[in-house]
Amino acid sequence: MPENDAAFTSHSPSQGVLVVTPDVDIDMSRSPELRTILRQAIDSGTKKLIVDLAKVEYMDSSGLATLVEVMRQAKGHKADLVLAALHEKVRAIFEIARLDQFFTIVDSLDEAL
Amino acid sequence: MSEPAPHIRLELVSNPVYLSGARELINAVAKRVGFDDIACSKIALAVDEALCNIIRHGYDRATDKPIWISIWPLAQGEDHRPAGGLKLVIEDEARQVTPEQMRGRELEDIKPGGLGVHIIKEVMDEVIYEQRPSLGMRLTLIKRTPNSDDPATVADTAAQRPKPPN
Repeated sequence: MPENDAAFTSHSPSQGVLVVTPDVDIDMSRSPELRTILRQAIDSGTKKLIVDLAKVEYMDSSGLATLVEVMRQAKGHKADLVLAALHEKVRAIFEIARLDQFFTIVDSLDEAL
Repeated sequence: MSEPAPHIRLELVSNPVYLSGARELINAVAKRVGFDDIACSKIALAVDEALCNIIRHGYDRATDKPIWISIWPLAQGEDHRPAGGLKLVIEDEARQVTPEQMRGRELEDIKPGGLGVHIIKEVMDEVIYEQRPSLGMRLTLIKRTPNSDDPATVADTAAQRPKPPN
């Protein structure tokens, strides 16, 4: 798994916990990379996967689709997926798609840890 | 009566790396028309979703096919400033479908994918899918600013519409 691709960084604050931090818009051009990183994290045994979205100012439905897919995968592995620090504009798309209740969404990374 | 020429016309190829550029243009234009930041972002999102659908479903992810975005303000204020909202027309040369086929899935059926059409219809005031006369599809999106009272009418510039690409 690419731990320090410029677009996506990740770190493990404690055993079984992984924080993935995208630093790009999550659109059709980027969502495949995010999908690969998150799916690999779950497959490799991460029990709590946190996606820190503080630096993401835009996400489209391909990003949502990625997160839905990973959420389902996490449930199958009895792992948790938490989305942290959504920008107002990103939260708006979750609300349009009525997925704001489907995910665990918290206001900050600290709250997620 | 022919449609007036668009105030902005963008041509791009069906490569997802250019989506961000299209979004930034739409965002900037919407801001000049008077939409707030969230509305600008949503309009850009709707256009992005439309482009993604063309790339993914119309062109089967080919990255070298043409897409055109034409933009008109719905009205012109003082000093010819755009006002009232935006009309955007997105055209392609992709496989034609009937407008009835352009519907999103039920939101209660949570699964990856299928959200693009729903998002477009949630964001925009009017969404019209049509087949182009010979090839491809034409999507018309209209969004009015909150203080716009009248139904959408494109500003009449008395200019001829350019010959559509075929």
